[in-house]
Amino acid sequence: MALVVEEAHGQRIAAATEAAQLLGARPGMRLTDARALDPGLQVVVADPAGDAALLERLARWASRWSPLVEIDGADGLRLDASGAAHLFGGENGLIADIQRRLSSLGLSSRVAIACTPGAAWALAHHGASAAQSCPVDATAARLAPLPVAALRLPPEVTRTLERLGLKRIGTLAGVERRPLARRFREADNPLDALDRMLGRKAEPLTAIPDDPPPRALLRLAEPVSDPAAAPQALDLLVPGLVKQLEARKLGARRLLLAGYRVDGEVAVAVAATALATREAKHLHRLLADKAGTLDPGFGFDGFALEAAWCEPLGAGQDGLIGGPPPALEVARLVDRLSVKLGPERVRRPQPRASHLPERASGWRPALEPAAECMAPPPTAPRPPRMLDRPEAIAVIYATPEGLPRRFVWRRAVHDVTRAEGPERIAPEWWRERSTARLRDYYRVEDREGRRYWIYREGLHGDGRGGDPVWYLHGLFG
Amino acid sequence: MAAGGQRARLRPLDGGGGARPRSGQEAAVPQGTEAPWRLPGELPAPAGPTLSELFAASPRDGGWAGLLLGQLVPERPLLWVQDRMAILESGRIYPPGLGLSELIHVEVRDARDALWAMEEGLRCSALSAVVGELWGDPQALDFTATRRLAVAAERHGVAAFLIRLGGHANLSGARMRWRVASAPSLPHPLNPRAPGPAAWEAELFRARGFAPGRWRVGDEPAQGGETVKGAENRRDLAAAAGDRTLAAAGGRS
Repeated sequence: MALVVEEAHGQRIAAATEAAQLLGARPGMRLTDARALDPGLQVVVADPAGDAALLERLARWASRWSPLVEIDGADGLRLDASGAAHLFGGENGLIADIQRRLSSLGLSSRVAIACTPGAAWALAHHGASAAQSCPVDATAARLAPLPVAALRLPPEVTRTLERLGLKRIGTLAGVERRPLARRFREADNPLDALDRMLGRKAEPLTAIPDDPPPRALLRLAEPVSDPAAAPQALDLLVPGLVKQLEARKLGARRLLLAGYRVDGEVAVAVAATALATREAKHLHRLLADKAGTLDPGFGFDGFALEAAWCEPLGAGQDGLIGGPPPALEVARLVDRLSVKLGPERVRRPQPRASHLPERASGWRPALEPAAECMAPPPTAPRPPRMLDRPEAIAVIYATPEGLPRRFVWRRAVHDVTRAEGPERIAPEWWRERSTARLRDYYRVEDREGRRYWIYREGLHGDGRGGDPVWYLHGLFG
Repeated sequence: MAAGGQRARLRPLDGGGGARPRSGQEAAVPQGTEAPWRLPGELPAPAGPTLSELFAASPRDGGWAGLLLGQLVPERPLLWVQDRMAILESGRIYPPGLGLSELIHVEVRDARDALWAMEEGLRCSALSAVVGELWGDPQALDFTATRRLAVAAERHGVAAFLIRLGGHANLSGARMRWRVASAPSLPHPLNPRAPGPAAWEAELFRARGFAPGRWRVGDEPAQGGETVKGAENRRDLAAAAGDRTLAAAGGRS
């Protein structure tokens, strides 16, 4: 079987299977010539664009072996294996892993590791074996028997070299340099190619770029210093960004509006969202206020709106009775509140694994996802309100460990009519200093019926300080 | 009371429902006389979600929170806005004691931000309620601001509760205005020296469509409900009325 491409002079074979090659079909041959040799040759039209897309997918996938991956030609990938090979058991281990995984994808491969990209390419394409790793000092010797086509020069240069009788790289190495250099142009010089192969000249890799974030740009013909320009630019930018997000099935989590000023400065407004979204109205509303406060200085000559952090987001559907689903609506409320008041002021409860009341229930910014936690359920009633810092109170109580009778909080006397307790909470010795004292919590009610949560810190004679101190910690409803 | 206990089964503390204050016959109980007992569910309530204003009798009295929690829907998200002074003076809300499943807490610097956040919240009809706590008598809290809140609450069907700590009852657009104080709690079923189920003294001093009045409101936690039923420690308790649930009481009225 062979793959063919359409050309000016008829169909030409782009690639052929091994069985077809045995019967005479070669890449680059006219299809009619191959048909003459083997009338039974089956032909499929090649799909270069599909091949390129597959190669790009493979290149991203190949970053499992090395962070630096480059697409090389129509059928090759180059990996920077320095510092990465030992993770797979040395260079031979890396080669074996690459071959095994590619063959499990149904692809045949030729792999070579060498000290320069050129040498690796030559060995992979023209080497004797399908997989080899070449030590640094053996590079010249390994390359010597390869044909000059392995230098990767344009075909006419290769043909010239072959006509000159320089068929192998080894013979080229023995030729006087200056006459040869005079004969070829700079880019086609076979000696340069040889130098690059042997590492005498630099040939850096350029890696495939990561996906650039969705970005909408607006260039202004004249700089504007009107503060109202940024909100107006936002009107124009948001639809463009939303279109990009839609095409890539993404939703924005963080937005950056950058105003480029003529004096080389950049003014930036940032907004974050609790759920990935690409609704133009909502995005516009989040940034509209902040855009108005951007300092234009001597004037903006350009704006960019970038979704710096995106998450995959499929097409959503509103409810049948209209309006977005409740979770989405709450998330949008959180976005609006966080943008105006600051993300650290809009919070949700975050339970933590602790018995100390103030530590058991923390807060997290509502924009952030909840952390998993196995919090112990409280064993006794907890008040609906707690003071951020427990306030010291003066208490008359039945020493050493009796119920409180009367206490003074904020210069007012409260007579305790009823009390319940203690609920003893020991210090968390794995976290606190050795002088931390235990707490005995009491629910008390004063004469007017106000219910408080107070505690005595420490015991008489526990050796961790003087007399116990009383604190008021919470107010019951 | 336990976290889940606030919205537990409630039982009347007197002989029955009695007349609703709508008729005006219980209005304006003179000072000094004993106010009639009520359950939180039997207090006069507006027909739909609207703005109610609750004045705490004293900043150091957290009793209003218990009465308020009994009226919230715990399954749906709730927005709770507190200004800085309210947090300093009477504490930050403590989620384990609230028993709400989803809660968004907003801490704001002043009343202007608090009112803005409350209004934003009221526009989000996925919320069950918006609670805002304000300290003192801020300049921003005038008739227009409260009227805006009331209109937003009614238009989007989200109940709003404006809690006033240490403030005066100035002109306001709130549909119902309450003054709530703690009352000595009911007897504990097992331990006579311990605080029992919470009780409050609630005064409705201004409302649209209701006559003002004063009531003592009692709450009863679910645990031990079977053991105290018909017990002699519940004064004024009619045995026949003891098994009514809150739903039944609400449906009857």
